[in-house]
Amino acid sequence: MINIVWGIVFVLIAPVVGGLIAGIDRKITAHMQGRVGPSILQPFYDVGKLFEKEQTVVNETQTFYAICYIIFMIFTGALFFASGDLLLVIFALTLAQIFLVLGAFAANSPYSYVGAERELLQIMAYEPMVILTAVGLFVATKSFNVNEIAATTTPLILLLPGIFLGFLYVLTIKLRKSPFDISTSHHAHQEIVKGVTTEYSGPSLGLIEITHWYETVFLLGFVYLFFGFNPLIGVAAVIVIYLLEILIDNTNARVKWQFMVKSSWLIAAVVSVVNLAALYFLSGGVP
Amino acid sequence: MQLAQLLIFLILFPLIAAFFLFLAKKDLERAWIVKLSALAIAIVSVYLLISTYNKGALLVSLIPAEPTGMLMFILEMLIALAILYLGIVHKRWLVVALILVQSVAMLYFELVYSHAIHVESNLFIDEFSNIMALIVGIIGSLICVYSLGYMKFFHKSHPEMPDRQPWFFAVMFVFIAAMFGLVFSNNIIWVYFFWEVTTLCSFLLIGYTKTEEATTNAFNALWMNLLGGVAFAGAIIYLAMFGNGIMGLDALLASGKVIALIPAALIGFAGLTKAAQLPFSSWLVGAMVAPTPVSALLHSSTMVKAGVYILVRLAPIFQATFTGYMLAMVGALTFLIASGIAISQSNAKRVLAYSTIANLGLIVACAGIGTYEAIWAAILLIVFHAISKSLLFLSVGTVEHRIRSREIDDMSGLIVRMPKIAAMMVIGIAGMFLAPFGMLISKWAAIRAFIDVPYGFLFVIILAFGSAMTVFFWAKWMGKIISVTSDSKNIEGEVDPREWAALVSLAGLSFITTLVFPLLSTKLLEPFLMQNYGHVAQLSQDNIIIMILMLLLLVILPLSILIPQRKHKHVAPYMGGRTTTADMRFSGSLGVQKKTVLSNYYLHEFFGEAKLRPAGIWICSALICIMFAATALRGVIL
Repeated sequence: MINIVWGIVFVLIAPVVGGLIAGIDRKITAHMQGRVGPSILQPFYDVGKLFEKEQTVVNETQTFYAICYIIFMIFTGALFFASGDLLLVIFALTLAQIFLVLGAFAANSPYSYVGAERELLQIMAYEPMVILTAVGLFVATKSFNVNEIAATTTPLILLLPGIFLGFLYVLTIKLRKSPFDISTSHHAHQEIVKGVTTEYSGPSLGLIEITHWYETVFLLGFVYLFFGFNPLIGVAAVIVIYLLEILIDNTNARVKWQFMVKSSWLIAAVVSVVNLAALYFLSGGVP
Repeated sequence: MQLAQLLIFLILFPLIAAFFLFLAKKDLERAWIVKLSALAIAIVSVYLLISTYNKGALLVSLIPAEPTGMLMFILEMLIALAILYLGIVHKRWLVVALILVQSVAMLYFELVYSHAIHVESNLFIDEFSNIMALIVGIIGSLICVYSLGYMKFFHKSHPEMPDRQPWFFAVMFVFIAAMFGLVFSNNIIWVYFFWEVTTLCSFLLIGYTKTEEATTNAFNALWMNLLGGVAFAGAIIYLAMFGNGIMGLDALLASGKVIALIPAALIGFAGLTKAAQLPFSSWLVGAMVAPTPVSALLHSSTMVKAGVYILVRLAPIFQATFTGYMLAMVGALTFLIASGIAISQSNAKRVLAYSTIANLGLIVACAGIGTYEAIWAAILLIVFHAISKSLLFLSVGTVEHRIRSREIDDMSGLIVRMPKIAAMMVIGIAGMFLAPFGMLISKWAAIRAFIDVPYGFLFVIILAFGSAMTVFFWAKWMGKIISVTSDSKNIEGEVDPREWAALVSLAGLSFITTLVFPLLSTKLLEPFLMQNYGHVAQLSQDNIIIMILMLLLLVILPLSILIPQRKHKHVAPYMGGRTTTADMRFSGSLGVQKKTVLSNYYLHEFFGEAKLRPAGIWICSALICIMFAATALRGVIL
């Protein structure tokens, strides 16, 4: 069942792909803002520079949490691409995310502390929908196995339109895009102090940046699952979705966390009840 | 014969220990009695598992039922008289009324029906009872050992309170005896007797300090559990009247839903009260006034676990019935609402209390659904919750004595101040909500179980929201503990060896059980499910390997701190450009020196107790009423 080769491919290729996506993201964002923007390889230069810097820390435990964060994020993605159990993938994702939060708490600095609490709010906002997405995919395919879900010939997007919309909504939180880049943002206009990563600098900040690349690739893989019936459409959909996220990112200002939690919970509850109930009754009451 | 002796030993031996503890006035004597009895109980409960291993359900019919039953009835009446007396003295008329109703019911049963009822086997043992016995025997014993250290310190720091330690330890052991009796009894009247004993013991322990608050909360716990007792007595009378002489759990489970559903609903209601489900959650929160080991005992291995034990026992009856769905809904909503309230709590013990209520809710939901997958999840939840929760309570108790506070915000920098206890606490918290620890495996199992039943998606949705809240309140607590405060010093000193022994054993257990969980599942749970349902639930091999891999990673990664590495350059935390001293003081306006104080988010406007609790009480009460109405209606129609 487990396909280790794909897991290894993910571990090796994902940072390259993720970095390129980040570069393209910055280029498009720049064009949207009427700037020329950096080279699409800029994220690699940035991270390379971070690794050349001297590591400064508030305390030694911070680096430990950053390392755990990247290890478990790689683990999550590798498990996903090696066609593991989708729920287990989600639990591993939560574990990875908690390490980022702990790293911010460990510094005991006011800014990273607030960032950590906000990161937790973000987790609380997106987690129900992510779990319910996995459940929706299970109900539609009778499997939690990533490979089996991706290989189904039925267009899952048609069975799970509500779930998909709900997932898109929280995807914005997960990708740290405006209006939900509440715990830390890529944009200087949103905040000057960088929330959850305030106390990270140099190599450990570089690690967190690479972790983000891994995460982006993993999340886009998640999007692909809805379109697995046709790989071409699948890849096209993933690209369109990411462009849409960039557009949303550039046309929205950060909202308050209250709005984020309320709206994502409301949407998660409504779409999952409606969509799962519809699937349930369509299948004649057989779960 | 040997089996009967083992079971009777486990029930009677703690009673004998309790008797001697009551007499022992010296600390040293008490310490030895507790340690040796705890050891004996733990060893015998493990031996019980070994000797009944792979034998399925065994019934024991060699005990003379007549005299034992008579003795129990007399004891029951004596307990009732004692409660009646206390109720009148303290002017708690609700308690008086309930105990009167209950006693009259049981008296009526004894006089009119009891001679006609004959239960073949009064005691029994199967895999589930074995698991429960291990929880009671090992975790319960560890808590008693821990109490030795704790109570000594407790009375030293509260000289105004009367030192009633002989009484305290005696009741703790009676409690353990009653739990053994409860999980080994096949005769429902016996179950009821032990049920009432646990109610009484919890009442006595909650009221231990005799402060006004303690007395109020003890009576609060008492009336709620007596209400459950009344329902239980109702079930017994119903069975006597319409049950064709059925009075054994085995016979009840085999009798089919037509006869069994109404008594099962009544006993299920008793289970809800004991498991502190909404609307009865307040007694467990109020029980926090008792010394911490009492909370640990009530929350992990006894009392509330008795409530869910009986529900899981009766689960085959609830399966695919409207009654079962209503029960499950009460549990699921309790999980959701209690998890939410836990976010708003700043007192560590109250967070633990609400988390217990929430997890019990999940177990109740599984029991109400009642399919083999759900029961698999429920039993896993019972096991893992018992371990992690007792570890957490005991470490909070130890910390409380050092820092004189139960507030989570006062625990900041605990990893610096008391690294050893903080590590125990972190293991406990991780055990409650992180992969790959047991509680998360169980939640996973619960999701799988819910998906596979009609209308299960509603439960899955509730579970998804509830567990997101769970992540929030555990993670912020964990963050508080591991935040490295630069100005703190290590003040841990020497931890009481008995407290330390209990903490380390429990922390070890949470790792070991996660590691041997596949064995636990195949060797104990699967035979039990096979026998009761004809199906087994399990995790696939791949997933187990991945979980073990994660666990190993989590064990190995912290060791990396030991690897010597070049020192990094240290800087002060960013304070917006203000000049800050080493202990995080900065000059505020008008040159006043201020200390940086960081506090968690509690989100009162969303998750405040005052807001959520009444809503939960009303909704769950309504569901329970609907459950009874529907069950009764069904009884009339059939």
